[in-house]
Amino acid sequence: MAPQSGLARQRTRSAWAFLAPMLFVLAAVALYPLLRTIWFGFTDASLTSFSSARFVGFRNYLEWLDYGDGNGEWLGLLVDGRWWSAVWNTVRFTLVSVTLETVFGMIIALVLNQKFAGRAVVRAAVLIPWAIPTVVSAKMWGWMLHDQFGIINDILMRIGLLSAPVAWTASPDTAMAAVMMVDIWKTTPFMALLILAGLQMIPDDIYEAARLDGVGPVRTFRRITLPLVLPAVLVAVVFRALDALRVFDIVYVLTPNSPETRTMSVFARENLFDYDKFAYGSAASTLLFLIIAMITIGFIYATRMDLSGNRE
Amino acid sequence: MTARSYLRKGGFYLLVGVIVLQAVFPFYYAILTSLESGQAIFDVNYLPHVIDLSNYRAAFANGVFGHQILNSVFVATLVVVLSMLLAVTASYALARVPFKGRALLLLTVLSVSMFPQIAVLSGLFEVIRMMGLFNSLWSLIFSYMIFTLPFTVWVLTTFMRKLPSEIEEAAIMDGAPPLVIIRRIFLPLLWPAMVTTGLLAFIHAWNEFLFALTFLSTDGQRTVPVAIALISGRSEFEIPWGNIMAASVIVTLPLVVLVLVFQRKIVSGLTAGAVKG
Amino acid sequence: MATVDLRNISKNFGTVEVLKDVSLSIEKGEFVAFVGPSGCGKSTLLRLIAGLEEITSGDLMIEGERVNDVLPAKRGVSMVFQSYALYPHMSVYENMAFGLEQAKLSKDETARRIAEAAQMLQIEGLLERKPKALSGGQRQRVAIGRAITRQPRLFLFDEPLSNLDAALRGETRVEIARLHDRLAETTMIYVTHDQVEAMTLADRIVVLNKGRVEQIGEPLELYERPASRFVAGFIGSPKMNFLTGDAARQHGAATLGVRPEDLTLSAEQGLWSGKIALTEALGSDTFIHVDTPLSDKSIVARVSPRERFRHGMPVYLTPAPERLHRFDEAGAPVRG
Repeated sequence: MAPQSGLARQRTRSAWAFLAPMLFVLAAVALYPLLRTIWFGFTDASLTSFSSARFVGFRNYLEWLDYGDGNGEWLGLLVDGRWWSAVWNTVRFTLVSVTLETVFGMIIALVLNQKFAGRAVVRAAVLIPWAIPTVVSAKMWGWMLHDQFGIINDILMRIGLLSAPVAWTASPDTAMAAVMMVDIWKTTPFMALLILAGLQMIPDDIYEAARLDGVGPVRTFRRITLPLVLPAVLVAVVFRALDALRVFDIVYVLTPNSPETRTMSVFARENLFDYDKFAYGSAASTLLFLIIAMITIGFIYATRMDLSGNRE
Repeated sequence: MTARSYLRKGGFYLLVGVIVLQAVFPFYYAILTSLESGQAIFDVNYLPHVIDLSNYRAAFANGVFGHQILNSVFVATLVVVLSMLLAVTASYALARVPFKGRALLLLTVLSVSMFPQIAVLSGLFEVIRMMGLFNSLWSLIFSYMIFTLPFTVWVLTTFMRKLPSEIEEAAIMDGAPPLVIIRRIFLPLLWPAMVTTGLLAFIHAWNEFLFALTFLSTDGQRTVPVAIALISGRSEFEIPWGNIMAASVIVTLPLVVLVLVFQRKIVSGLTAGAVKG
Repeated sequence: MATVDLRNISKNFGTVEVLKDVSLSIEKGEFVAFVGPSGCGKSTLLRLIAGLEEITSGDLMIEGERVNDVLPAKRGVSMVFQSYALYPHMSVYENMAFGLEQAKLSKDETARRIAEAAQMLQIEGLLERKPKALSGGQRQRVAIGRAITRQPRLFLFDEPLSNLDAALRGETRVEIARLHDRLAETTMIYVTHDQVEAMTLADRIVVLNKGRVEQIGEPLELYERPASRFVAGFIGSPKMNFLTGDAARQHGAATLGVRPEDLTLSAEQGLWSGKIALTEALGSDTFIHVDTPLSDKSIVARVSPRERFRHGMPVYLTPAPERLHRFDEAGAPVRG
């Protein structure tokens, strides 16, 4: 290969100089802490003694505790019922929230894609839930869902759907539903925007051609709109799902100390800071990271394969 | 118009109404509640019948809340400024200089934004303690880079790619080194994109909860989301909802105004970032 | 010493060979045009000389100095881009001053040079405007002005007239010719796909095809004595007529070429017979397309506008024998 010309050399040198500070900060704030967290998961570290943490292998994940009298039991994260219920809570949350957010987002996007009077106002209004800080949303809805003075109970009782007030955030049966509802309320605008962007890339002539051919609105949606907007929707869904798996804020503020809504992030944090099981919490954090990483890599692989498989 | 199309149109507008109502009502109700105090809060009502600003006065009474708002402003602003500084030059390199491993690097930077915050929490906790930044606002300014950097780099790279290369070549012919090209030629053209990105990063930093909860321990240092989450009454059963709503409104109103004013830019920034190029 | 000396220049993009072993010399003050069809490598060659692309192998000498590794701005070269590439957020003055700022010229000297260039190009009144407030022709002149102020020893034009409409193109072409006269000491290289521009502006033309030099020479030389079938077909408008098969063999060649203006059309007699397929009356000339059994394509002949020919008329074509071009199978000219 020919030696690089002066210009190419100058630019490549500059490129690395420009990248270095950003990469350094990223390594310091993300890579190093991640590695430390993983390391802590293999030690007996506690909040008060990082430096004296000793390597203990897989003990936090799985170990056999021998009682010495021929009996023993398995201990560790992988056999911890609370961990697995946290995993299940998170998965449940993700599946339901993301599905409903996509459906509602699609509806809103379809509405916003039509031209009608006051569309700009509606679009602005729809953005409001997204603009409100998560913590504030949790508090607002916590107030509206209040068992005694909340207006949700008030409305539902007035229209006869409820006969007695429900403790939405405190009751085990409804806590998760409450959390899901608030998350869906807050995140649907984001999904709606992404889907709307996908919808707006579909050229108008396609719809006109369909109309001329006499295709009804439902069939137009199913056979024309949906296939064309699917790529954008899929990307949005994956991004949202990865976000939902990491959920913390809403759960912590709306339904603290609730086993039904404890997600993996909440579980990890509780162990890290509330129960002084720092190493255990680090192990849980590591597992959550692995789950997210595998899904992300799987997705990248799938889209790459799709690109190379469909290359014509 | 036929009856059928009246029905259709009516149904459509009903849907629109429902969409707007569900979006706007909760915030409206929060404002309503914040304007009531004492016993009035516990009477359920949907329309305002008093305007009582005592909750708002109480919020600022001891000065702590005001200070916390300033904390949030300080942290969010600095995080945005620092991220932009680092991201502008980095995205020039990623968008306009072909070098080996460029695509992989961009993917790696982007993947950092996929990290669950909890996964770096314990490691960061140690780092921050080591640097002596515990309970300092700088702990947040540092740790928030984990989501603002990948985001700003990604969005700015996308916008940089679209700048015409002939203008850059003209600048090269004029003898401008890369830093001058960024500063004098690209930055002025990227200005709108930077406003959008900065805005979105600001909102994200403003809303952040987990790190702020973990790295700050005294009220005076806390930022707004944590402050609001921790508002408590004198006993377990006396949650001061009026105060909470007032604080929430104070904190949210500027954000809502910002978002409404800049909604076009925000929408284009969000979709540019997420709809992969 | 030549101003620009290309010695065995080759350029690859990955595995694709875009330029193959190009060698040529350009003297000081010459106006040289690079012409060729799309993809022939002319723009790439220009960009190599500018320094915007790396030279894969070979040497580029500017005034005796090997500049392969030298930064563009240090080569003493200025470029006028096809899309003008003016900085949109800067005024005309700032656009023209930018390069001089980078060269750390004093404010006074900068102002002086800009005033001189502005006067030469008649854009004095536009100095405070931004590019979007200028017409296409004005932007073009500013782009040229920006290149002039740097007082380069070599001026590069990359298809500068392509973005202009036909009327403006003619006017600007004349301005560029005048510029060449005014800046007699400055060497100019001009890339275009339009052979009319090349023929009218250049002292010498370099014809490129698929990365190789087909011929270098003065315009009329290329016209009268093309070095290959390709050059013969590229230079001249309308294109030269080509005949293969028997008609060519009779004249001792694989391909016979004759220009429209070297054919006589007659209704009574001539060498080749055919029928009129199409007439194009341009006012100054009329071109008649004749379908003959000698070729799949019609043969085009130029006739005086005063003669009247009708569609479908049987006619005869006679080429001027001394104006016949003969080419062998490889496309090389057959002499003698």
